[in-house]
Amino acid sequence: MGNKLETIDVNLYYGDFHALKGISMFISENSVTALIGPSGCGKSTYLRLFNRMNDLIPNTRIEGQVLLDGEDIYQIKPSKIDHLRRNVGMVFQKPNPFPKSIFENVAYGLRVNGITDKSFIGAQVEKTLRQAVLWEEVKDKLKKSAFELSGGQQQRLCIARALAIEPSVILMDEPASSLDPISTGKIEDLIFELKNLYTIIVVTHNMQQAGRVSDYTGFFYLGNLIEFDKTKKIFTNPSKPETENYITGRFG
Amino acid sequence: MTFPESNLRRKKLGQALMFGLARAISYGIVAILLLILFFIVKQGIGVVNWRFLTAMPENGMTQGGIFPAIVGTLYLVAGSMLFAFPVGVMAGIYVNEYAKEGPVKRFVKMMTNNLAGVPSIIFGLFGMALFVNELNFGASILAGSLTLGLLALPIVIRTTEEALKSVDDTFRQASYALGGSKLYTVRKVVLPIALPNILTGLILAVGRVSGETAPILFTVAAYFLPKLPGSVFDQCMALPYHLYVISTSGTQIEASRPMAYGTAFVLVVIVLIVNILATLLRNYFGKKVKMN
Ligand SMILES: Nc1ncnc2c1ncn2[C@@H]1O[C@H](COP(=O)(O)OP(=O)(O)OP(=O)(O)O)[C@@H](O)[C@H]1O
Ligand SMILES: [Mg+2]
Repeated sequence: MGNKLETIDVNLYYGDFHALKGISMFISENSVTALIGPSGCGKSTYLRLFNRMNDLIPNTRIEGQVLLDGEDIYQIKPSKIDHLRRNVGMVFQKPNPFPKSIFENVAYGLRVNGITDKSFIGAQVEKTLRQAVLWEEVKDKLKKSAFELSGGQQQRLCIARALAIEPSVILMDEPASSLDPISTGKIEDLIFELKNLYTIIVVTHNMQQAGRVSDYTGFFYLGNLIEFDKTKKIFTNPSKPETENYITGRFG
Repeated sequence: MTFPESNLRRKKLGQALMFGLARAISYGIVAILLLILFFIVKQGIGVVNWRFLTAMPENGMTQGGIFPAIVGTLYLVAGSMLFAFPVGVMAGIYVNEYAKEGPVKRFVKMMTNNLAGVPSIIFGLFGMALFVNELNFGASILAGSLTLGLLALPIVIRTTEEALKSVDDTFRQASYALGGSKLYTVRKVVLPIALPNILTGLILAVGRVSGETAPILFTVAAYFLPKLPGSVFDQCMALPYHLYVISTSGTQIEASRPMAYGTAFVLVVIVLIVNILATLLRNYFGKKVKMN
């Protein structure tokens, strides 16, 4: 398995605030990488590097290289950013389906791409809803508003929405933090399933979750990447005392 | 923790007082509105009949109907909205979605607010200078509509801006994250969500425009016309101006008093109908946004 993504000495500034301090890390293909660390340490900021969502925040400055399949995504033409985002999907912390029907939510990304073939869209919607293990629950009410779904269903809908345009990377920012334990379990199972097809980075505050779903774990603290290794190693035998303190709950 | 009993009671009393006051004030406002409506209905309803609505004025406007004034007002409202709605919505979209934070945006917003505070007679003078004279439209429906449109513009811009601002940013982010361009996101996500509130701006603007006299005074309104307007370059009569004319000038003010109340009644009813229609429209779209 090669490196799908790589950051080389990345610094990010919000105005004067130095939010990411020289982060170098790689993400291997078809694996799940968890980002952990106390609140405000830069996990979400780091995640947003990969689909250039930080670009939308005014006064943001980025140094260093972010490679996707070996190409620096910060050197591409601005007109190619939309293309990048089709390849790198994102699931947000709070479920945020559009105020449209369940069907239209999943179809949105396809329509963005200019796809109009009705039968293709229909097939793709069904396929991704099945992938997101939501199909059985919604197949009879595809025309109903997405807002009629429960929070957990909404989040799986958002995952289906991200999958529909077949990205190769999926970024998840605390995808289960607003959900009940059962919904959380479903999302975790889903992540586990999806890693065969996608490269996944997931931010989480939940240590058990990181331990359960991820292959690699990066521990962030105050904008620094303190430690990055196989999840098994991080959780059984971390090499830095800060990491150990954090995962055993002694701070943060 | 324990709280002193008297303190709690005083708090409760204070709250009850405030609520009572607030309720009294809102009931008072409703009462005043009803009083105005009652007065106009009482004075006007006896005059209004089918003939009054569909006939031309007769006998120096002491008899007959107000048909041309109704038609004129409808033309002017439609014309001004045809101009103000697209322009205002686009300006609102620009200010809220495209303009970068900074002095330019602040200046544009400040000017919009100032424009909303300009007295309507100034709009009338400006409309006369620009549309009637400079652009040579003459006193015409075109000039009057554009002048009224200018008056409505800040209302439409501001409500559009507010409507867009209230759209949760997470929807925009979700769209961008799927590769949606800015334009696509605005068109397919932001605007549909904001539409019900934007329509509120349209309602407000229609209400404002249909009752204005000063802006049409020099730009379109005619004292009396024997014929309906045939093109946008013709003058027309209008309800508020007609009302003004028959109650202030002319030789038979007393004789035309019933006509004045009838006109007022029709004007109020038209504004009411437009408001109800627009509210229904807004609710319909509000539901559709959720269901779609
Ligand atoms: N838009 C912004 N403008 C300025 N500073 C920001 C912005 N977003 C984040 N920051 C700052 O950057 C730092 C990292 O924020 P980030 O959201 O990446 O943290 P996080 O690790 O995801 O935290 P959490 O676990 O609470 O989500 C924080 O100190 C935060 O205050
Ligand atoms: Mg975060």
